[in-house]
Amino acid sequence: MNILRRNNVTTTGTPDGRTVLLAHGFGCDQNMWRLTVPALAADHRVALFDYVGAGRSDLTAFDPQRYSTLEGYADDVVEVCTALDLHDAVFVGHSVSAMIGVLAARKAPERIGALVMVAPSPCYLNDGDYRGGFDRADIEELLASLESNYLGWSSAMAPVIMGNPERPELGEELTTSFCATDPAMARVFARTTFLSDSRDDLASVKVPTLILEATEDVIAPRAVGAYTHAAIEGSKLVTLDATGHCPHLSAPAATNRAITEFLADLG
Amino acid sequence: MIVTDSTEEVYETAPSGHLSTTMDGTIVKINATLLGWLGLTRDAVIGRMRFADLLTIGGRLYNETHLAPSLRMQGAVSGIALELKRDDGGRFPVLVSSVVKYDETGEPVLIRTTVFDAQIRRAYEEELLRGRQVAEEARQQADLARHEAEIAHRQAEADRAQLQDALSVLQQALLPERLPDVPGLETASYYHTASAIQLGGDFYDLFAVDQERWGFFLGDVCGKGPAAAAVTSLARYTLRAAALHDPGSALAALNALLNERFATGDPRYCTAVFGTLRPDPDTGQVAVEFASGGHPPPLLIRAGGTADFVHTTDGTLLGILPSGEFPPTQLLLEPGDTLLLYTDGLTEARVDEDEFYGEQALRTLALRYAGAPASELVEALSEVLTSFGVPLADDTALLALRATP
Repeated sequence: MNILRRNNVTTTGTPDGRTVLLAHGFGCDQNMWRLTVPALAADHRVALFDYVGAGRSDLTAFDPQRYSTLEGYADDVVEVCTALDLHDAVFVGHSVSAMIGVLAARKAPERIGALVMVAPSPCYLNDGDYRGGFDRADIEELLASLESNYLGWSSAMAPVIMGNPERPELGEELTTSFCATDPAMARVFARTTFLSDSRDDLASVKVPTLILEATEDVIAPRAVGAYTHAAIEGSKLVTLDATGHCPHLSAPAATNRAITEFLADLG
Repeated sequence: MIVTDSTEEVYETAPSGHLSTTMDGTIVKINATLLGWLGLTRDAVIGRMRFADLLTIGGRLYNETHLAPSLRMQGAVSGIALELKRDDGGRFPVLVSSVVKYDETGEPVLIRTTVFDAQIRRAYEEELLRGRQVAEEARQQADLARHEAEIAHRQAEADRAQLQDALSVLQQALLPERLPDVPGLETASYYHTASAIQLGGDFYDLFAVDQERWGFFLGDVCGKGPAAAAVTSLARYTLRAAALHDPGSALAALNALLNERFATGDPRYCTAVFGTLRPDPDTGQVAVEFASGGHPPPLLIRAGGTADFVHTTDGTLLGILPSGEFPPTQLLLEPGDTLLLYTDGLTEARVDEDEFYGEQALRTLALRYAGAPASELVEALSEVLTSFGVPLADDTALLALRATP
């Protein structure tokens, strides 16, 4: 299998710079790094990819069994790292991808040398003293809302999913379908993401780690940022003056500054 | 009278909800229609609530992970199905479209959102969704059924293959594995069963009778399958055992046996040519004596370039009558002459829907092989048989006996 094709891997930036691998979160695709890439490209080689089921990945490679755990996604990340022959790369993961990065760094320590976790949450569900922010019923409601968007979504996505290069009008479709995600695959990813509990994996992180959080983020509240920071020894926590779950989109300048400073400190 | 309308009134009382938010989602403007749907007052909303606060928690997650980033990246989204939370705790299904307003430097400043009442549409969609789920279940059941059918089919194929193996072993038992070497004689044979899963009813053999004589026979049992195979087996062993007698007596013995065994129950008949060969090592000639029980006449192909059917006198179908006369016919094969025995599978093979291969075509072809080795004649005939457009309906056996030139 061609991994680069499967995950629609693209690279840009400075070819002999250290590689920064950008991983999108649930609900989006590699396009969400559009405002981040220019800030990194000057000094780094930048690699981007789509998880299977998202963006322009190979939908035929989707395996509901494999992607029912974050480990399956982490295996994909390791395969992408191997296909690119990365060594000591910096993995930047948004949202659930931050945790996928933790698992991937443990699976392939020689390939991932540092982590940037953008709005991470090791567990979205409340559990005793731990306040992930959501009850089980909330998550079930999210899954139901994905279901209700099924019809509209699938009909709008269909031409993109077919991906017919002989029909140039689909170029138009692609630009209007930012964050395209196959609805059935999105449901699998949503379930895997929001029911995951990776709190015990945080202690395994041995590489330099930067945690970025927003001042107001429903999905990853500040208490979760503090928990993650405390659980990863030596990690650095930066609270960005941003609202929402996507600071790299809502406050790109501050986000980029925090990441480039961290990269500079790595040397 | 000229009817006019005010823009402000259109905004406030339009049949759709309208709101504007800053980029962090804080609501700065909202119309009366939407406030009515929500059951909220303007004061409670403006500057105090964010767009996400109007959504159910699932909608909020969806907004954060998909909607807001999409809006940031492409400046507009449309037709997103969401549910609003009403002040009384109820849910209000809507379709949402938003556009981003940018300032003159290209910085995003506002998000303008239009909200459509989707209660009727939602009910309709839920119907469609249910229909889709039912269809998916039906498809899964169909897949399962097909899967089971495939397993059954594979089992049937395996059974068939096993049966075919067993039958071909049995078939081999009814035919000589290979023809013996007869001094002064050159032989060739061909056997084709019309059906791979049915035992053929044709049979032939060539064997030593004593120091000087060789016996041969070729026959055709009426019918196919196990019952026919039983007759084939009986015929074969009876003729072998009776070979010490003259050909006429041997056939008479088989006739009596078949008639006796099958007259009462399921009548079975066969046709056969039975004969003996006596090669003369001095002259190279082979003396042939044979009799026929209702069998198609053998074809005598002279090395000199003639081919003629050797019609025997009388000779009824074997097994029909309690007793029968099978008068012998004698002939002498000169070196290079061939005697061809065949079953009617050859002459009655269909060239096409309307035409049989026939005796005349056989004779014409045999003429071309006058003086040729027996194996070449048999091979030419087998090629003719396989070249027909219509699959062979009957079994076919060929046995060519040629005096070595």
